[in-house]
Amino acid sequence: MPEYKWPPMNKRKIMGQRLSRLDGPVKSAGRAKYPSDLNPQGLLQAAMLTAPYAHAKIKSIDTAAAKALPGVTAIRLFDKVAPGFEVQWAGQELALVSATSEEVARDAIRAIKIDWEILPHVVKDENLAKVGTRAKAAGEKVTGDPDKAYGEADVKLDSEYGIPVITHCCLEPHGQVIAWKGGDQIDYWPSTQAVSTVAGQLASLIGVPAGNINVTCDYMGGGFGSKFPPDPWGAESARLSKESGGRPVKFFLDRATELTIAGIRPSHFAKIKIGAKKDGTITSWMSDSWSSGGAGGGPATPIPYVFANIPNARINHASVSLNSGPQRAWRAPNHPQASFLTCSALTDLAAKLSMDPLALFMKNANLTLREATYTDQLKKAAELIDWKNKYHAPGEGKGSIRRGVGIGVATWGGGGHASKCKVILHPDGTVEVELGSQDLGTGNRTCISMVAAESLGLPMSAIKVKIGKNSYPASGPSGGSTTIGGVSTSTRKASLNALEKLFEKVAPALGTTADQLEAVDSRIQVKGNPNKAMSWKQAAQKMGPSPIEEMGENVPAQAAREGLNTLGAAGVQMAEVEVDTETGIVKMRKMVAVQDCGLVVNPKTAESQVFGACIMSICSALYEERVIDQVTGRVLNPDMEFYKLAGLPDIGEIVVHMDIQEVHDKRGVIGLGEPCAIGGTAAIANAVFNALGVRVPMVPVTADRVLNALGNKRYA
Amino acid sequence: MQSFEYANPATLKEAFAALGSSWEDAAVLAGGTDLLSIMKDYVQSPKRVVNIKGIKELGGISRKGGSMRIGATTTLDELTSNAAIRSSYPGLVQAAMGVTSPQLRNMGTVAGDLCQRPRCWYFRRGFGLLAKGPNGEALVPTGENKFHAIFSNGPAYFVSASTLGPALVALGASVTIASASGNRSVSVEKFFVAPTGDGQREIDLKPNEIVTEILIPVPATKNATYEVRQRELVDWPLSAASVALRMNGNTVTSASIALGHVAPTIWRATQAEKMLVGKTITAETADAAGEAAVANATPLSGNKYKVQLTKVAVKRALLAAAGIKA
Repeated sequence: MPEYKWPPMNKRKIMGQRLSRLDGPVKSAGRAKYPSDLNPQGLLQAAMLTAPYAHAKIKSIDTAAAKALPGVTAIRLFDKVAPGFEVQWAGQELALVSATSEEVARDAIRAIKIDWEILPHVVKDENLAKVGTRAKAAGEKVTGDPDKAYGEADVKLDSEYGIPVITHCCLEPHGQVIAWKGGDQIDYWPSTQAVSTVAGQLASLIGVPAGNINVTCDYMGGGFGSKFPPDPWGAESARLSKESGGRPVKFFLDRATELTIAGIRPSHFAKIKIGAKKDGTITSWMSDSWSSGGAGGGPATPIPYVFANIPNARINHASVSLNSGPQRAWRAPNHPQASFLTCSALTDLAAKLSMDPLALFMKNANLTLREATYTDQLKKAAELIDWKNKYHAPGEGKGSIRRGVGIGVATWGGGGHASKCKVILHPDGTVEVELGSQDLGTGNRTCISMVAAESLGLPMSAIKVKIGKNSYPASGPSGGSTTIGGVSTSTRKASLNALEKLFEKVAPALGTTADQLEAVDSRIQVKGNPNKAMSWKQAAQKMGPSPIEEMGENVPAQAAREGLNTLGAAGVQMAEVEVDTETGIVKMRKMVAVQDCGLVVNPKTAESQVFGACIMSICSALYEERVIDQVTGRVLNPDMEFYKLAGLPDIGEIVVHMDIQEVHDKRGVIGLGEPCAIGGTAAIANAVFNALGVRVPMVPVTADRVLNALGNKRYA
Repeated sequence: MQSFEYANPATLKEAFAALGSSWEDAAVLAGGTDLLSIMKDYVQSPKRVVNIKGIKELGGISRKGGSMRIGATTTLDELTSNAAIRSSYPGLVQAAMGVTSPQLRNMGTVAGDLCQRPRCWYFRRGFGLLAKGPNGEALVPTGENKFHAIFSNGPAYFVSASTLGPALVALGASVTIASASGNRSVSVEKFFVAPTGDGQREIDLKPNEIVTEILIPVPATKNATYEVRQRELVDWPLSAASVALRMNGNTVTSASIALGHVAPTIWRATQAEKMLVGKTITAETADAAGEAAVANATPLSGNKYKVQLTKVAVKRALLAAAGIKA
């Protein structure tokens, strides 16, 4: 069996280089075809009718007029949609229509007549006292004696914070093109994060053998955790195709529906009490948190976050169900919210102690699982943002424009998912690498190519990476930052397994045994002896007419022993903002992200991930918020106009420091997508506090909230 | 979007023939930056769309008597690139540059800016311009009103979406409106109206009429516009103020102050205008004018902050017009 471990840092030739992504040119030129770009022959378009009320019962439903419209090929009602059915949120799926054009399909859904009985709804959760029986206590967790410790504390913080629901807002909305052809063969082009698992889920929804479903997703325009399942509209699109004689049906959500029902990040609110000694040592934590992710309630709030080992703690949580669109995983589920709640409270505690929050975070680093790492990262981030010169006592300064700096921290797992890879060495010297994986825009395709090239001693140009189809060996869905660990391990092992077979074929010609050979610079040679070598092409010719096909597999339970990938990433982010105290408008000056993620395959695409995560943090700290109307129960801003995202001029300077060093590298590959998307919101909110000396308890930090928090306080 | 007929007239006469007597009959298309999206959302579903961009006489910027004439289909980009406009009406250029999307400035027209529909999220989601709930109740006063009017006692609570409106009102501009039966002129200030009942529009324009030009008096003023916007990326102002000052040396002889995004119309701050006469613009007088401008504000449950923003916008616009750094 080959030795799979990674070559030492200083011996790597391709991994560790700053390489641009392979698909950059086709994406930039618009030649990359996303599922929503596909228009196969005979295409039909679909449109979806959704509920106009947040809570209502269907009294009657009549599709006759819609069916009669010329151009309509089929109409499907979603599961259970019939008289007596109760919708639980505005935007809930009711009917899907296929037609010869999108216009006809839209006219058709407007022609469906439904008589409703409107029922009472609850759509707001900022005020726990107002949600009544919609709040369900999740049970109390107690450590030590929090009441005694809080009672005896030198300094006490008692405060409240909140972070509202935001949406995934995928640039390419959810949807697919699908054709249910004769013999129950299905061609399926979903925009998905789960190439190898989505067919099986669709199969169970529509009763067709999973093996009959051919999934293709070469590119996809954003998922952030919301694009794993085939979704009810995927299944109904398939049925529309079948009922339309097998013609392909295209259905992608419109923007309003995308922002209303295709995934939200839950809200989290918390009342927090912290007790500390005069020197800043935290002795107790008490929190009452609540959250909502739609009709199914809300997830637990993982606080205290990172600083988890507070000796005395009481934690209570309530799950609130609302008549609003359902939650889906959102890049590091519940972590950004928990980081915001915890780091805001710690920063406010520091103010009560008249202490620099950086000193407080350092002082209590022993409450984290990785004291040395966080301490180092806090120091590095402070250096990069010039904390020493930029930090001032909260609210200290002159003039109406105030600047401030703040801190947020992150932790994540990120161990590799189950992944299989097949490496094919052809007798003509060409190489193919196949995985049923997907590239969400992260650079996955590029990283797979780098690992294969490094392992085979070939340039990347000699390797064809094939992903995006479920006919390739199964690789896990891209969730939990597990992809890079999984695919790099399976690719490494498959490459070395294939190489071993090649060595066996070549060894006699070089007068040695397979275990004495190595692949270097497109040659096969006796280890350390370039004089006893042959070119890759010559070597390939020795294999005979059949290609070498070898598998490699990442088995998560074995990963720790093998050492190729592991889990546990830490990060610290700091932000500098400028607040116009007359208008309450906050502008980003700078953001700094220090991030470890073990062995970094490609620092450039890794940094690019972190840049994107910082921008997402800016969006949720300053702009993003789903606005829902109490009376009508409708989302009022399911658009790109009042559901605000940052633009280039809004993001300021971003400095990314990948914590690449031997000590982290030795741990193996760790996922990155999520850990870097956690700390930024807290850092920005805390920077605003530092600028103003007044806490804005809710994000996004908008003008109204800043001016409300300032009250009559004026700066000059 | 409902299917529609498309008319592409080359003359005003042909255009009038294509228009109808009700808003459902026909809609005028110029830049299309608002009309197409509102049609896609089924908020407006005209049977016919009349493109006026092919009518040559509706374009161009030129001197006309004692006024500067801006043709209706002049794009915001043409407006902001025009040397005469830039030198005499910086407040108008600043307002147009507040549309921070080059794409919108390239397509959007000057008359289209005045005629665009309000962005009220209740209106855009199909609850009508007066935003009524299932039982006919007004949704805005107790609902999500942080972007709504601070100068209105109802029943309309939306804010005018016009970006150029405040600058044009401050500059004393008028619009020329044409129909088959002839031309009429109305001040930009009077062009905006707050509807009081269902079915009324927010501008003084009939379905069979077309705005043909905007006329701005030439006499020189010191003018400026200041917008408070959350994002630098294209975003609607939270509040905007345009000012035009006639000066005798450093003394204000008359002031015109118009506010945008705070009322269903462009709101004239007459108290602030009066108090500035005979004064010199300083940080103190500008601040006092800001206070006076919002003295009669009647904010809703969630938009009290806009009172403060408006006060600041007036102050900063005055200081900019006077060339004083804030």
